[in-house]
Amino acid sequence: MARLGDRIAEGLVFLAGGAAVLFVALILIFLLREGLPLVRYYSPIPFLTGAEWYPLSGVFGILPLVLGSLLVTAGAVAIALPLGLAVAIYLAEVAPAWIKDVLKPTIELLAGIPSVLLGFVGYAVVATVVKNVFGLPTGLTALTGSIMLAYMALPTIISIADDAIRAVPDDFRHASYALGATRWQTIRAVTVPAAASGILAAIMLGIGRAIGETMTVWMVTGNAAVIPTTILQPVRTMTATIAAEMGETARGSDHYAALFAVGIVLFVMTALINTGADLVLHRMKKKYE
Amino acid sequence: MSGATEGVLVERLSAWYGRVQALKEVDMDVPPNRVTAVIGPSGCGKSTLIRCFNRMHETISAARVCGKVILNGVDIYSPEVDPVQIRRSVGMVFQRPNPFPTMSIFDNVAAGIKLTRFHRGSELAESVERSLRRAALWDEVKDKLKDSGVALSGGQQQRLCIARALAVDPGVLLMDEPCSALDPIASYKIEELITELRGDYTIVIVTHNMQQASRVADHTAFMLAGEDGIGKLVEFGETKQVFTNPRDKRTEDYITGRFG
Repeated sequence: MARLGDRIAEGLVFLAGGAAVLFVALILIFLLREGLPLVRYYSPIPFLTGAEWYPLSGVFGILPLVLGSLLVTAGAVAIALPLGLAVAIYLAEVAPAWIKDVLKPTIELLAGIPSVLLGFVGYAVVATVVKNVFGLPTGLTALTGSIMLAYMALPTIISIADDAIRAVPDDFRHASYALGATRWQTIRAVTVPAAASGILAAIMLGIGRAIGETMTVWMVTGNAAVIPTTILQPVRTMTATIAAEMGETARGSDHYAALFAVGIVLFVMTALINTGADLVLHRMKKKYE
Repeated sequence: MSGATEGVLVERLSAWYGRVQALKEVDMDVPPNRVTAVIGPSGCGKSTLIRCFNRMHETISAARVCGKVILNGVDIYSPEVDPVQIRRSVGMVFQRPNPFPTMSIFDNVAAGIKLTRFHRGSELAESVERSLRRAALWDEVKDKLKDSGVALSGGQQQRLCIARALAVDPGVLLMDEPCSALDPIASYKIEELITELRGDYTIVIVTHNMQQASRVADHTAFMLAGEDGIGKLVEFGETKQVFTNPRDKRTEDYITGRFG
């Protein structure tokens, strides 16, 4: 009886795992099927390197969109990484238990705020602040998007980095204290390095969240498909482009295919980031096993 | 070598974990440059006792101490003493070998030196080699100093931890059941090492293994938790006397295996 149960459970788990792989494959196939026909209208080189995105005139250069996405994401990471790591270290190593008990669930709750609401806040509050602080004609800039994305990535980064730091066995902390290390020296030289792989995973998940986010950046970055020269000007991301324009395209048109091709590029970029993270993690594990 | 000039003088030392008292009024004069073993059944407070010698006890939240521990003429619990400074002059080796997982063998040994003083690269390399030699590990690791410390066997890891503790030239070396996670051969090597270090350091070793105490220690302390669950020092004397001619009936019962 127990063996039968085992088998059924095993089968179900296998099915679930297989289904996950299958769905990813199907999404990829769908993207390719809808996006690749673009080559009939527009060749790949100008598509990838063109600086102009005028879909109604049949000009599909996605460089401004790619750079827009990268700029907003890089800005978000630059803000979220130090802040997230600092909060995670505080939660895991410094905060008394009762603060931890209040703070962590609260931070995790932030992850559940619908992105369109954050878009409101970004549009009405953050954009105004950015506009006034930097004296800009408009507050809808890449920086505004970065700030909002950093805010959205923070709960993920904090929560996972905190878990990773807390998973470091006390043995190492004690060894460090016994050598005469202060709490800060112990955090810097022992605890955080020992949790590095988990922290890196946290950052990667944060980046993944940021680069794929659509609604908020659409609302707060101004959506000008221009190659950005500073973080204080409006940009248009790949995700916002797809979301904004998909409704206006005729199925099977060049514009339709171009948007799917943008989707393919986004997919490839996300996959590269994930693979890169996996490789780093793997190498670190090998080094310390 | 540095060589401890003084031992550890313990006066009316009591320790608590929150509201639970773990140690009650221990008086003990640990002689310098000798090996002192602390034996007793589980929960008698022997680990707590030595964790009070380098103020590691208070790293646990809500833990506190009352009484005196005098090291080199200074009560380490007097208010002006910085616990971090105390821990830099007292080495400690733990039950489970705990080399830093992200550091190489070299960096593990160098970790304490890097914390405590200004150093030059060449001096650092010399100190690391000297410490590894003292810990009888040099010949086994000299060709792979850049490897991770975690790649070593359990016994080697423990000797690495001893080297790490010795690197800062402590006068006192505390060992909290250093062999409990090791196989007999690795344990034997640690015991051999303790015997070699004897004379240069004041060593206090907690052990649940009475044979080990009788083999390595000049003096032995026997501790026991009373009916109230609070650990007390029952008897302290030369190892030979404690094992062959104990003054206290409870010591005799314990070493003859009647309980514990």
